[in-house]
Amino acid sequence: MKTLLLLILCTGSVLAQQIGNPTTQQGVIPARGTFAIRNARIVTVSGPDIENGTVVIRDGKIQAVGANVSVPAGAQTIDGNGLSVYPGMIDAGTNMGLVEVPQGANGTVDTSEVGDLNPNAKAIIAVNPHSAHIGVTRVEGITNTLTAPTGGLISGQAALINLLGTSPKEMAVVPQLALVINYPRVAGGGGGFGGFQQQPANLSDTLAANERQLEQIRKILRDAEAYGRAQDAYAKDKSLPRPDHSVVLEPLVPYVRGEQPVIFRADREAEIRGAVKFAEEMKLKPIILGGNDAAKVASLLKEKNVPVILTGILSLPVREDDAYDALYENAAKLQEAGVRFCISTGDAGAEVRNLAQFAGMAAAFGLPKADALKAVTLYPAQIMNVADRLGSIEVGKMANLVVTDGDLLEIRSHIRYLFIDGRPVVLTSRHTELNDAFKNRK
Amino acid sequence: MRRFIAKLLFVAIIATLPLSSVRAQKQTAPETLIRNATVLTVTRGTLQNTDVLLRNGKIAAVGKNLNASANTRIIDGTGKYVMPGIIDCHSHSMLDTINEGTLSVTSMVRTADVLNTTDVDLYRELAGGVTTLNLLHGSANPIGGLNTVVKIKYGRAANEFLFPGAMPGIKFALGENVKRSSTPNQPGVTRRYPNTRMGVEETIRDAFTRARDYKRTWDEYRAASKNDKSLIPPRRDLQLEPLVEILEGKRYVHAHSYIASEILMLINVADEFGFKIKTFQHALEGYKVAKEIAAHGAGASIFADSWAYKIEAYDAIPYNAAIMTRAGVVVSMNSDSDERARRLNIEAAKAMHWGDLTEEQALKLITLNPAIQLGIQERVGSIEVGKDADIAIWNGHPFSVYSRVDTTFIDGDVYFDRAQDLARRPELAKERAALEQAEPNRPRPKGESPQTPRRRPSGHEDDDIEVEKP
Repeated sequence: MKTLLLLILCTGSVLAQQIGNPTTQQGVIPARGTFAIRNARIVTVSGPDIENGTVVIRDGKIQAVGANVSVPAGAQTIDGNGLSVYPGMIDAGTNMGLVEVPQGANGTVDTSEVGDLNPNAKAIIAVNPHSAHIGVTRVEGITNTLTAPTGGLISGQAALINLLGTSPKEMAVVPQLALVINYPRVAGGGGGFGGFQQQPANLSDTLAANERQLEQIRKILRDAEAYGRAQDAYAKDKSLPRPDHSVVLEPLVPYVRGEQPVIFRADREAEIRGAVKFAEEMKLKPIILGGNDAAKVASLLKEKNVPVILTGILSLPVREDDAYDALYENAAKLQEAGVRFCISTGDAGAEVRNLAQFAGMAAAFGLPKADALKAVTLYPAQIMNVADRLGSIEVGKMANLVVTDGDLLEIRSHIRYLFIDGRPVVLTSRHTELNDAFKNRK
Repeated sequence: MRRFIAKLLFVAIIATLPLSSVRAQKQTAPETLIRNATVLTVTRGTLQNTDVLLRNGKIAAVGKNLNASANTRIIDGTGKYVMPGIIDCHSHSMLDTINEGTLSVTSMVRTADVLNTTDVDLYRELAGGVTTLNLLHGSANPIGGLNTVVKIKYGRAANEFLFPGAMPGIKFALGENVKRSSTPNQPGVTRRYPNTRMGVEETIRDAFTRARDYKRTWDEYRAASKNDKSLIPPRRDLQLEPLVEILEGKRYVHAHSYIASEILMLINVADEFGFKIKTFQHALEGYKVAKEIAAHGAGASIFADSWAYKIEAYDAIPYNAAIMTRAGVVVSMNSDSDERARRLNIEAAKAMHWGDLTEEQALKLITLNPAIQLGIQERVGSIEVGKDADIAIWNGHPFSVYSRVDTTFIDGDVYFDRAQDLARRPELAKERAALEQAEPNRPRPKGESPQTPRRRPSGHEDDDIEVEKP
């Protein structure tokens, strides 16, 4: 029996190594240098568009941008005539790099840890830099993802990564950006695949169960608070008894102190309200992830200044009698109400490349086009508190740039050049390689 | 008991809500003239500043400055785009059950028997400009049940949904779903045969061997009974009859398939028994064997860019449509999902993004090509005089992510209209509020839940009931 188990485990790991895409990155990331994109339309996002301008990239950063910028000597230049330069898109709600094939290849799934309380599960540990999803996603102009674990009540910590690099360290922008909590769910799935509605037999039983789950979270957060105080006290006064270290409580300290954001997965109105209330009670810095019912809670979200990472724009409406465009127009409603939000695919990895389409649909249903663009660039950067580095074309920001032959959100446009961390990225992926291998087969 | 009746009543009201909203829209004039629009004809290019006249359920005229009679409903199409209604060649909408998975060959079951005309996803699909669906049995077995081609006549009776003259069809399936790869072994339960792609081939071969003998028995009886009226006819076999229709070219095979080897396998079996595969559904690795698919004369009905959701989807590439189209395969873009069906316009546009198909080639992926694959190309799939008035008016080019549907027509009748939908929302909100106050919907004592109808599972990606989003 043990041998069999071992055999299964081995087979799993062999499988895990076979898939993935070692050829895309070939163990070498392109070098930084000095580059200038000239005569291009520059969509800065944070300021007005520059109809005919130049962007200079140097040592990984945007060194200059404007209509009258001189090209430094020795710079490699790109003629941007007819092209547009955008900041790279950011998807703040993915499991990018944590799962290769979700079904039938468990060896490739590293999203969800055993147990309910895993603040020490760090996505950055398990991000696979050689996942085929990374190349496939970035060639569509998505340069960054927030990669989050998914399991239990406290899932772990999410990492903000560049979609380039040969090690998690090379990819990391913020290795531990947020704590991820699954707010206890009131109802089952709703629309979408496998969307069976599991109606609880007894509502009060469910609510009581939810309250018990919430109490579990509350308790560990309070423990972390006390743990932090004890460690601080000991640091100041070594005559105190030395508190033991805890790998579980230690990572929670910056979150319970409100120094870093806590992401609550919450879609239903009751869950969102619950999460906001809980965050207030525990003095956390909340972000809602999901937000299907966010428009119904807009005034509260606005009042408490709680941002939302909207993931359900292309999901089927939750309730049978919801308007057909209830989720399409979710973003526009939040915008009107003054709620901070960004748009995400909420996808494990394979569909993250369609991020532009999510934003486009929101724009088709009332969100101004400029805001749809911000919702996948500047807004996620702001919500994740990295707008000093990402999300727009401004001097000093990380040179994560996309050069297109048309509107970045339009599916008919093509990406022509891509820079991540100031490095020129070749526009190949597992998919272009398979295309090249078979397109001329006679 | 009274509470039970009240619950029933509530369920009945909920079930009819969307229907009444459609009935309220049935104010269509006998004629509709769309003026001065950009018309994507699919077969005759893009016509600017053009009028389209719908009369008696047909496209009566396409041209400049068409005349309207006194009671013609006029729609100003300035700045709008008119395109044929989208045809989704792989759907499970409105099916109360999808898989009869107990046997490996279930050609005796029919999706036409389980149509739920109140499925609200139908309305959501109309709002995406979709007018025709190919309702397929699931992919649990090598030979599945019979399909049903419908027009989305939401609000009408089931028999009015049926697409007149559509070719009868059947679902086949190969690969992981058939092998029940995602179904855990149950202790004490023998796994269903087949368990490998070898067994899938054998299962299909066995079924057609039996069907060929069955056909011979009937052919011999028919020949002999011309002279001898006393002969007793052979016993009918409902499982084999559809397979005989396939052998006789009277029923189209729509074969769920993923990897290259299984596509070639089915082509070989079909060639050997002398029948054709009409479409390879999904065909994620179709691009690897495009010339073989073209040589067989099969079409392919695929996803634009879904991949890596399971092992057999790991080599899927979004260039699939372009490679197969260039190899001469008739390709369509399908949804296999009530969600995705609402945005097939963008799925088609992806073939311009990946693989650089022309706009006309991309348009065909969701109009004329699926029509050909279902044998309804004389009726729908392009904007031509004499074809069915199944069209949608878009507020921008349908290949733009910023566009949405204003109005969807089937047989000249309006089945979706955004302006009417918006206008009715306050009234529906009031109705909902009233229902929430109704006695059966108030919270029960002791915290019991108010009773709500259990939501039916809606159509699933890859036909597979077990599929869950990660």
